[in-house]
Amino acid sequence: MFQSIRFRTLITAAIVLASLYFLLPSVLPEIPASMKNVFLKNRIHLGLDLQGGMHLVLEVDTEKALEGNVERLAVGIREGLMEKRVRFRSVERKPGNTIVVELPGKEARADLEKILSDQFPDLEVKSAEVADGREVVTLKYREKRMADIRKTTLDQSLETIRNRVDQFGVTEPEIIPQGDDRILIQLPGIKDPKRAVDLIGKTALLEFKLVDEEHSLEDAMRGNVPAGSVLMKGSRERGEGGGARREPMYLLKERTLLTGQSLENAQVKISDRFGEPYVAIKFNPQGARDFDRITGENVNRRLAIILDDVVYSAPVIKERISGGDAQVTGAFTMEEARDLAIVLRAGSLPAPVKILEQRTVGPSLGQDSIDKGILSTIIGMLLVVAFMVVYYRLSGFVATLALVLNIVILLGVMALFDATLTLPGIAGIVLTIGMAVDANVLIFERTREELRLGKTARAAVEAGYARAFLTILDSNVTTLIAALFLFQFGTGPVKGFAVTLSIGIIASMFTAIFVTRIIFDYATWNRHVKKLSI
Amino acid sequence: MELIKPDTQIDFVGKMRIAFTVSLIAIAVSIASLVVHGGPNWGIDFAGGTVVQVKFTGGVDIDKIRSTLEGIHLEGITIQQFGTKTDYEYLIRTAESTEDLKGLSGRVEDALQAAFGKGAFEVRRVEVVGAKVGKDLTQKGILAVVFSWIAMLAYIAWRFEFRFAVGGILALVHDTIITIGVFSLLNKEFSLVIVAALLTIIGYSINDTIVIYDRIRENRKKNVRQDLGQLINASINQTLSRTILTVLTVVIVLAAILLFGGAVMFDFAFAILVGIVVGTYSSIFIASPFVLAWERVSPSKRKRK
Repeated sequence: MFQSIRFRTLITAAIVLASLYFLLPSVLPEIPASMKNVFLKNRIHLGLDLQGGMHLVLEVDTEKALEGNVERLAVGIREGLMEKRVRFRSVERKPGNTIVVELPGKEARADLEKILSDQFPDLEVKSAEVADGREVVTLKYREKRMADIRKTTLDQSLETIRNRVDQFGVTEPEIIPQGDDRILIQLPGIKDPKRAVDLIGKTALLEFKLVDEEHSLEDAMRGNVPAGSVLMKGSRERGEGGGARREPMYLLKERTLLTGQSLENAQVKISDRFGEPYVAIKFNPQGARDFDRITGENVNRRLAIILDDVVYSAPVIKERISGGDAQVTGAFTMEEARDLAIVLRAGSLPAPVKILEQRTVGPSLGQDSIDKGILSTIIGMLLVVAFMVVYYRLSGFVATLALVLNIVILLGVMALFDATLTLPGIAGIVLTIGMAVDANVLIFERTREELRLGKTARAAVEAGYARAFLTILDSNVTTLIAALFLFQFGTGPVKGFAVTLSIGIIASMFTAIFVTRIIFDYATWNRHVKKLSI
Repeated sequence: MELIKPDTQIDFVGKMRIAFTVSLIAIAVSIASLVVHGGPNWGIDFAGGTVVQVKFTGGVDIDKIRSTLEGIHLEGITIQQFGTKTDYEYLIRTAESTEDLKGLSGRVEDALQAAFGKGAFEVRRVEVVGAKVGKDLTQKGILAVVFSWIAMLAYIAWRFEFRFAVGGILALVHDTIITIGVFSLLNKEFSLVIVAALLTIIGYSINDTIVIYDRIRENRKKNVRQDLGQLINASINQTLSRTILTVLTVVIVLAAILLFGGAVMFDFAFAILVGIVVGTYSSIFIASPFVLAWERVSPSKRKRK
């Protein structure tokens, strides 16, 4: 069947037409609405290095989340012991995510064990020793549970960041987990990277605490922080005309009364009096009940509103507040207020994040790269074509045809796979041009050799293709192996290079061997060409 | 048209000693350069750090940029012109990379804005790589290169013979070291795309070797008795025309990238250019002659019979 020239031409035409069909949505600036259903949605995407945007790798501090959990458990054990009237000396969280419980004697041990098995199945006793007649028990999370918490922390962070990015309004963002504690974020077309980083990376833990008015703030600032209280920075007040900014301090009760988890909504509002933006928050039903109770119990005291360990405001509670509405004020710009509302709505991150990698490309640089990439591709291609035609004459034109089809198929397949074109990817296309002619060079050189041996044109073509085929296959397989490792190794742009190179090589096998053969067979079989122009 | 006459008979194998010596010297120089420079000139992808690419709207004094940025005290700061002089484009690098959210690029931008005014420049690219990521990438890069060698070794050993595979891989290691050495000698930055270039060279340079091996295999079938040295010489000569042509076409397209591809792609294309020229040399002078050298040390069983 493959002997038939007509059949082979049909296959070629089908593949080229299919490639063009896949490619069209990527090249046309806009497809008329009536044609939308005719074409696939798949298209070639531009990498961040070409269209501009931000690539971000964050590390979620899962250990911090674990510590927080252990801290909560320690508090829980303390309360459990008190409730059951078990005497104990201390319950403390120690480094390495352990809890050390000190009991006055052996008797209490059984009570502790009972509380643990009833209320804290996630903990196990790591060691227990008697020192000075005291029983010191070290508790530890079960391994499996720790892994669970780490995973949940990553999942929650991912979810929260996804929410924030969605509300920020980025087209085609990519947010994917990497390894155990990393998140890869790709934001195409971001214009203000600083703002985006702030928005994504902010922990946004909203807390409400009472101001400690029984103790002196000055005393605490001198280092005498009373037990059960904490010292905290206030938000920077906007200094007029660049004057010295004041950073007020607050002495707060350590206990957190309410957190951002009880929020239902957060919106930017403009204050009537000063025209300054603020964020209006609305609690969910449970949060509203708590807020109602807290304000009712603490009339005339000051309630501090804290975001990520910074006190934003600490207004005096004038009366019980029912209905669950509150406001976060501060010297916000409109943009800051809007971003704050977004992070409050999206929820806080379960653990702080660090930036491991950030790459931002401005749109003008991207456009530059596209222009230069296209220019060098066209020039490279013209030079190669000129060279091939001068060297192989008519056969050089056949190789050129193969080259053009090669690029059409390469781009078509990329579109079909929704592949991403990067700057090194463009280099990959240019290189593919150089390498694709290699197959034809091998065939043509071989055919020339056979002609020199005195074979007829038809026999020489036959032998040339047959002998060159295995060589081409072997050499292309090795290039594919290298491309595979490249793909494994690379991040964004380099991956794009590996992809174009691989598809280009496979397409070149088809165009340089299969397609050109049709033309040579047609010339030597049907037209009975006796002398090849090679 | 013909570049190489069909009856060319160059004694490649006879120049084996010279070639091996030249290669050993080149490798020694490469390694010496790496030792003197304390390893490759790692870019921020591997060493960690920050790069800010800034384009000014008009001519600026590079010293003014330098003095402006000295004001914000960054460790190991370098400022370098990027592209041509009339691009007014500069790369600002520092070894520092902060993990906090504010970032260094913001400080650089603020300082420049205070000195040159808003709108006098545009920040076109910012790259911040933390030390941890750099370490990961270095490890992954080395593994990728080494594993690709091993994969090639396995494939050629399967398709040909083990000694051929060893010759081919030695040539690859040779190409890789010399390319890295050239980068070190020119004190060019070794970045992520250079590793991509190395892997491309590895995939590409083995092609030439395979084409020659293929011809050796074919010629041996025709005449089993022929002396291996003659056989190898004949095979290299028969494929020489193709080898030169293919290198030429690749060099042509690389030249197009070098001249018109812009500053970002320059080093990438340059690395591939070096690697491909070295790779072509090693396919002819190292890979196949090595098979002969092996044969002289321990003749294959077929021959002994």
